[in-house]
Order: sequence, then C-alpha cells, then structure tokens
Amino acid sequence: MNPASFYALVGIGLFCLGLFGLIMNSHLLRKILAINIMGSGVFLVLVALAGRAENMPADPVPHAMVITGIVVAISATALALTLMLRVASETGHATLPDEVEK
Amino acid sequence: MNRKILRLILLVPLLLTLATGLGYAVLSLPEQPQYLHKRVIDNMAESGVSHPVTAVLLNFRGYDTLLEMVVLLLALLAVWSLDMPAPQHKTPHKTAPGLILDTLTRLLTPVLILVTAYLLWVGAHAPGGAFQAGSVLAASGVLLLLAGWRVSDKLTALLLRIVLVAGPSVFIIISVFTLLLEGQLLKYPPAQAGLFIVILETVATLSIGATLAALFLGVRPRKIELEKGSEKDSKKDRDKNRQHE
Repeated sequence: MNPASFYALVGIGLFCLGLFGLIMNSHLLRKILAINIMGSGVFLVLVALAGRAENMPADPVPHAMVITGIVVAISATALALTLMLRVASETGHATLPDEVEK
Repeated sequence: MNRKILRLILLVPLLLTLATGLGYAVLSLPEQPQYLHKRVIDNMAESGVSHPVTAVLLNFRGYDTLLEMVVLLLALLAVWSLDMPAPQHKTPHKTAPGLILDTLTRLLTPVLILVTAYLLWVGAHAPGGAFQAGSVLAASGVLLLLAGWRVSDKLTALLLRIVLVAGPSVFIIISVFTLLLEGQLLKYPPAQAGLFIVILETVATLSIGATLAALFLGVRPRKIELEKGSEKDSKKDRDKNRQHE
C-alpha cells in the first residue's frame, strides 16, 4: 500500500466518524462539526487520490475541486452556524425539536 | 438511554460496512490517473499561467469558480436575511483594547495584507491564488473584528456591498466578453489569458476576503449605536426591541 492509499483510507475513516457523530449527537453545533469532519474526509480522499501515481506529478483537477470545496464548505458552515443561533434564540436550546429527549 | 444504545448497536455495523465498501472502492481504483491530467499538461501553454491548479481553477474550469463566487454571495445573503440581533460580544468596545492587543493587530494586519498580495501573485506559477489569498485577507478581517475594530459606517454601507459583488460581477462581465469574442463561455484568447486571470483573481480575492469576514461577523453591518442615539428609525428600534427580549 502506498502512502496515497493510506491517506485515502484515513479520509474514509474521517468521513465515517463524522457520519457517526452526525447521527449520534443531537446538539446542532456538534452536528455542524461532524459535517465538517465528513467534508475534511472527502477532501483528504480527493487530494490523496490525485497523487496516487508513483512517478507522476499530482493531478491538478482534484486539487482545484478541493479548493473550491473548502470555500463552499466554509460558507455553508457559516450559514449553518447562523441558522443554529437563530434556532437557539427562537426555541432556547440548540437542538432540533424532533430529537429524542435524553 | 436505551434508544441511544440501540442506535449505537445498529449504527456501528452499518458504518463499518460503509467504510469497508468505500475502502474497497478506493483501493480498487486503477493505478494511473485518467486522461484529464494529460489534457491539463498538454494545454498549459495556452492557459496564461504556469501552475496547473491555477490554470484549472481560473481557465479550464473557470465556470466552477464563477459559480463558487455566487455560492459565497448566496451564503452571505442568506445569513444577512436571517436578521440576527447583534450579539453582545460583537458590538464595538467602549474602551480601547489593551496595549498588547492593539499593537499586535496594528502590526499583523499589514503583514497579512502583504501575504495576501504575495499569495495572489505567486499563484501564477506556484501554489497560491485567489482563494488562499482571499482566506488570508479574511483572516486579517477576523483578527480585526475579534480585537474590537469596526469599519466606519460610511464604508460598510455601499462600498462593502460593491466589494462583495465585485468578484461575481467581474467574472460574469468577462464571461459575456469571452462569449462574444471567442464564442465560448470563459474561453480566453491565449495571448491575453494571463491578463484576464490576474484581473479575475485580484477582484475575486477582495470579494472572497470581504465575504468571509462578513460571514464571520454574522450580522448585517448596521449603523453603530452611539450614546446620542440621534438617528433612530423604526428598523433600529425593532432591532433594539428584539435585543431586549
């Protein structure tokens, strides 16, 4: 296994860990963080796979996609955080109403 | 509590299956990258820059970058339209920040702006470019906001909005221009491609930096309440009422 595949597998691990956190946690901030971890996993997979050929320079197309993705992820996170604040200010707690009470 | 354990028992095997499937998919990919890489390398000469990632972002797939600028603007508009009350800690300080914080922000901001310009320029032939430069510019904005600095009301009214839409609009103008000139969206004439890319990247850097910093602020910049409170209108009163609730 070359380093690129290892990093790609780590990215998949991050993605699954984020999905786990997204499903298990009811607090919206944790959910937003979990989605960001999932996104980081996807970026890691893309960057790692771009450089998986041993004796060639890395493929620039996935790199460009990751840069685009990072900026979109930041703006989506900012929007999600504002929505969370809005939910918190309307209802008094930062969870969705259909979440099970602990 | 029981439901949580049940969820855990159901979820872990499902996620392990997903991870195994994804891992198998990644490991079974063909060893050599596909033809896209070769096409980028072959067309580098007419891209106007010498760094392949910048060439892909601003030339070969300029369409992506255009839409991404629109996404940023949309996110900011959505945040602004939520019309959150300004949080207490984000209102300007009544007193000056401490000496160390003040000196540090005064020292760091010009350095960050210099780094922005460097990253913008170096993007033509090395890792860098509009997004990295825009992020550093936004970081300097975030630093200033955290340290309690506020841009003057005169600048946040119209000028800020012009800077915010400058990136997408210049992109669209150049798109229309290339559409008329070359018959294809964002297909620059090879001789002037470098010039187009520099113009686009500069405007995009300013827009990205301003948008990200504004997203960090999280509220629409409003007129700062002075102790006089001379210019009150109904909207501001409503905001104040909401703050009191």
